[in-house]
Amino acid sequence: MSLNTQLVRSLRAPARPVWEEEPGRTGLTAKGGLLALCCLGVLGPLWIVIVTSLSPKPVIDRVGGLVVIPQGITFVNYTELLSGGQVSRAIMVSVGVTFAGTLFSMAVSVLAAYGLSRPGSLGHRFFLMTMMATMFFGAGLIPTYLLVQSLGLTDTYLSLILPSAVSVFNILVLRAFFMGISPELTESARIDGAGDLRILLTIIMPLSRAVLAVISLFYAVGYWSAWFNASIYLTDQQMMPLQNVLIQLVQKNTEAPTGLQQAVRTGQLSALGLQMAVMVLALIPVAIASPFVQRHFKKGMLTGAVKG
Amino acid sequence: MSLMAGSRPEGTRSPAAVEEPVAAVTAAAAKERVPRKAGRVSRASRAGKVPWRIRLRRDRTLILMTLPVIVLLLVFNYIPLLGNVVAFQDYDPYVSSNGVTAIFHSPWIGVEQFSRLADDPLFWSAAKNTIVLFVLQLVLFFPIPIALALLINSVIRPRVRAVAQAIMYLPHFFSWVLVVTVFQQIFGGAGIIAQTLENHGWSGFDLMTNASLFKYLVTAQAVWKDAGWGIIVFLAALAAVSTDLYEAAAMDGAGRWRRMWHVTLPALRPVIALLLVLRVGDALSVGFEQFLLQRDAVGVGASEVLDTYVWNMGIQNGDFSYAAAVGLVKGVIGVCLVLGANKFAHLLGEQGVYQK
Repeated sequence: MSLNTQLVRSLRAPARPVWEEEPGRTGLTAKGGLLALCCLGVLGPLWIVIVTSLSPKPVIDRVGGLVVIPQGITFVNYTELLSGGQVSRAIMVSVGVTFAGTLFSMAVSVLAAYGLSRPGSLGHRFFLMTMMATMFFGAGLIPTYLLVQSLGLTDTYLSLILPSAVSVFNILVLRAFFMGISPELTESARIDGAGDLRILLTIIMPLSRAVLAVISLFYAVGYWSAWFNASIYLTDQQMMPLQNVLIQLVQKNTEAPTGLQQAVRTGQLSALGLQMAVMVLALIPVAIASPFVQRHFKKGMLTGAVKG
Repeated sequence: MSLMAGSRPEGTRSPAAVEEPVAAVTAAAAKERVPRKAGRVSRASRAGKVPWRIRLRRDRTLILMTLPVIVLLLVFNYIPLLGNVVAFQDYDPYVSSNGVTAIFHSPWIGVEQFSRLADDPLFWSAAKNTIVLFVLQLVLFFPIPIALALLINSVIRPRVRAVAQAIMYLPHFFSWVLVVTVFQQIFGGAGIIAQTLENHGWSGFDLMTNASLFKYLVTAQAVWKDAGWGIIVFLAALAAVSTDLYEAAAMDGAGRWRRMWHVTLPALRPVIALLLVLRVGDALSVGFEQFLLQRDAVGVGASEVLDTYVWNMGIQNGDFSYAAAVGLVKGVIGVCLVLGANKFAHLLGEQGVYQK
């Protein structure tokens, strides 16, 4: 290969090490094809869901169901769903639980991670073992259910937050990251008279923004996606979060969200279009969070993990 | 007790410290028991000689900070663990005003619930489904993220890699409700495939209610949802492999496939072993939410696994003692599996989840 072509190639793509074989044409095509197929497998279904949710009712009727090729666009499903009613309320519930839950989980996790970040402190090993033991056993559904019930948490939003508030794994990641922060920084602050809380708030936390963001998103995605606790601890349909409303709509084959059933029956709205719109509303937040988590995932996790 | 790299002959096993997040974190915590290296040792070793009163005054803020989590774990993990005693009772939540105090008023009946369980065909059917699904997921699901990670790793252009990773990682964040619903829109009776077939004169296609194909369907769902997560983990491990090894192998005449066999796969071995241990340890939990969501559509015969059986007997039927017995059996076998799988990993010279 002449120097010139090599130069051109290096501008287009990062340099391949000299010892590595040039890939053949078939190999490249097969690789590209396979990757494209995998990506299509993920994006294809999402595309259909989004397009259907944006299609006007006549189009959905003409195609006989899900729409693959967009023909006309309307936001009527979204405006109807978001202008009050069952789905709007469910979104408020989900947002509220996610926000409050994440805040609570982060608060206790960061405190515990910092509290355990100094080996040799009193009770350090005992607390750590108490926490880690829970990673190896589950208490079981029935006793947990009985406990939550007898604590009087049923039919309150606390039942969606407290039983699943702590992830020991997340705490260990935070702790490992905190321990990796140079002890000189905290020691000098201590000599200047700063207490532990102050060190945590003014030194440790600003230095670990990336890992705090990732762990917050882990918690937030967990709260947003949770539905099982709501299905056993809440009996009031008015209190149900978005995922549970989605189950009712799609799995149990309810025609349409309460309040919009009339519009569906008279043919103004498409039940399928509405269902797809609810799905899109449920996946928008996680779709936004995903690339962000992914970008910090390796960085946050690995830097946090390597330093014991 | 051995630390990960120290006990091994240099260079025979993983060339770089390939650490998966889970392993590293748990290993880091386990390391506390070893005397720490010089430099950071001062505080830890001195602490042993300081009387506990002084340590309490010194560390009281740290202890106070840790307490909320400890209390939450005590209340929601340890106390329910004790609550499993209802498995040895004929528990009736209504003998007392409170579900927990009712435990003290319910009659003890010994292991009767467990002998009931041994003769219960529904339990055995659920157990069989669980094991079949576990094996299927192990065989069909487990290799896929490894293969895809190798594929993405062989792509040189950073933009292509990043986009492919981001797209495949996306479904990991979807709730099971969304995943099952997406599959329903594709393979269900009103899904896109059934719809296309219907337009061409074939009707009646519905994979979502087909009991005999259900196990493959749920495996496909698991792959769709979580393969991307596995890819990220394996790619992180692959990034830690030194390029010198590849270069040296290439100099010695190893082609692309031999380099993969002799350099890449040995480097992935610890991660593969760790994920296998985790998977086997979790064998009896094949995916509770996933099955609960599809129970009605496909029928109990195909979709009942141990977790849904506990839910059905306890929460739905109110037979708390029996359900707790089923859950207890599952939990005990689960702990044995974790310990056993880890032991096995140690025997193979791998690190496992925790150290010896």
